[in-house]
Amino acid sequence: MTAILRVRDLEKTFGSIVAARDITLDVPAGETVGIIGANGAGKTTFINMITGHLRPSKGSIQFGEHDITGRPSREITRLGVSRSFQVAQIFASLTVHENMCAAAAIAGGSGGTLAQALAPLRSAANLAQAEAAIELFRIAPYRDMRAATLPQGVRKLLDIAMAVVGSPRVVLLDEPTSGISIQDKFAIMEVVMSALRSRRLTVLFVEHDMEIVERYADRVLAFCDGTVIADGPPAVALADPRVQTLISGTRREGARA
Amino acid sequence: MWSRADLFGALAFIAAAALAPAMPAWLVSLATIAFANALVVLGLIILWRTGLVPFGQALFYATGAYAVALLGRYTPIRDVFVVVFAGGLCAAFVAFLVGFLLARYREIFFAMLSLAMSMILYGVLVKTEALGSTDGFHVEAGTFFGWRPHGDALDLAMYWLTLGFGAAAAGFVSLYFRTVAGALAIPVRDNEIRLEFLGISVNRLIHLELVIAATLAGIGGALAALAVEHVDPDMAYWTTSGGFVFVTILAGTASVAAAFVASFVFEMVRSIAVDILPNTWQIILGSALLLTILFLPDGLGSLFGRLAQTGKSTKKSVGEAAEKAGK
Repeated sequence: MTAILRVRDLEKTFGSIVAARDITLDVPAGETVGIIGANGAGKTTFINMITGHLRPSKGSIQFGEHDITGRPSREITRLGVSRSFQVAQIFASLTVHENMCAAAAIAGGSGGTLAQALAPLRSAANLAQAEAAIELFRIAPYRDMRAATLPQGVRKLLDIAMAVVGSPRVVLLDEPTSGISIQDKFAIMEVVMSALRSRRLTVLFVEHDMEIVERYADRVLAFCDGTVIADGPPAVALADPRVQTLISGTRREGARA
Repeated sequence: MWSRADLFGALAFIAAAALAPAMPAWLVSLATIAFANALVVLGLIILWRTGLVPFGQALFYATGAYAVALLGRYTPIRDVFVVVFAGGLCAAFVAFLVGFLLARYREIFFAMLSLAMSMILYGVLVKTEALGSTDGFHVEAGTFFGWRPHGDALDLAMYWLTLGFGAAAAGFVSLYFRTVAGALAIPVRDNEIRLEFLGISVNRLIHLELVIAATLAGIGGALAALAVEHVDPDMAYWTTSGGFVFVTILAGTASVAAAFVASFVFEMVRSIAVDILPNTWQIILGSALLLTILFLPDGLGSLFGRLAQTGKSTKKSVGEAAEKAGK
């Protein structure tokens, strides 16, 4: 399968601290990749480098035919790589519908020109796109509520819906279930994954819950000390002794395999 | 595309224009300056909605005014429409240049940097003999498509001209708020990170808003210069910028029409205050600002919204009563 994302020798340092190193991988189009690792393992740094939030110190990132290494986040988004955040990044003063309209309107203008900036916000196309995303992510009951007053799970869904409204090809989700109760985690992931799969998107998601990773990921990337220590199908990667010792905690250090 | 509020606004402009011949001369002059300044306030409302409060909008106001004055002094161009547009264009050009720096800053840093820039212009104006130094200089009266009115006729013509530019600017700003860029003002204030990750440059958006606000300020300054027939460095001084911020607080950001009402109220209160307390008139003006913040924190514009809401509730109650009576 053709790789939509090609990462080569990626490294990020902050002074003497190495946050990410020697990351080389290919992500085929349509794959769902679960990224696991302990806190500080380099998962979010990796996502931040792909989406342009951080400029890599070394290495390259290729998205399709574009070299996106170190490019500004807005340019990477416009090329087709979007993301959600660990803390939902939404417009708190606006309603759910207004949030989606704003996202749809920005996504509608592909080059950020003056003419696009001065186009009407509430055009039929923008409204239709916003409504479709609201339905897809099942947040219609909250349509007219201000985003600041939404429950955490709905905030997360809104954040992801806003990331997806521009029809990206790759979506990166940073801890989509963080801050959500155990009872609601699977329900939220079910909505998210069915929505993303219906659009045939390539998905990379950071997750601490191994059950969620096992259920939804086609492939697992396990991070430790800024690098990938295991890469493969969930059954293989999660069974790796280093992953079990250092990340999932299912094996104690020093225990025999 | 146009709402009921827009229709009321248009009717208010027509009424204000129709009433002019019946108004005393002092009121015509006062309203002309008030409406010219309201253009600056419209620009401030655009920036205010994104969370930016410039303390140096007088930079663009003075640029527009001096552009008109210099055209009158050094060129044969006298047509008011041409010189007013030229004033707006000069201010837009200045904003385009300083915008590369200003658009990178937020909150108090933006406010103080804009103030610093207006004070640089003030310093240049004060120290430059060719620009009239501290006294400023006289502005040639304009012509209206070749017609050169005098006395009261000129005052009335300037009033109508200012009102015309005001109506056009109000219509433009109302439309702008419905565009993608205009509607993103609140998202800019709420969450710049999300906007960047949706694919838009917040700095460029703010730069665009700065240029629009400066164009309006430049046109306002040009109209004021033509109305007063004089320019001086005080037009770039920080107290002038402060006055615009004062009127914006009075107006609030909820309504375009409120910019004109607030500017008129401000000029009236100031005139009355100067009349009553010639040396300490600031006490009255300060008290008016205090009362506005205490009792109308969202400005006069919020009153329009409340009135509309009350109208709707009354209509609903009357409808419900009629329905009950029908039963």
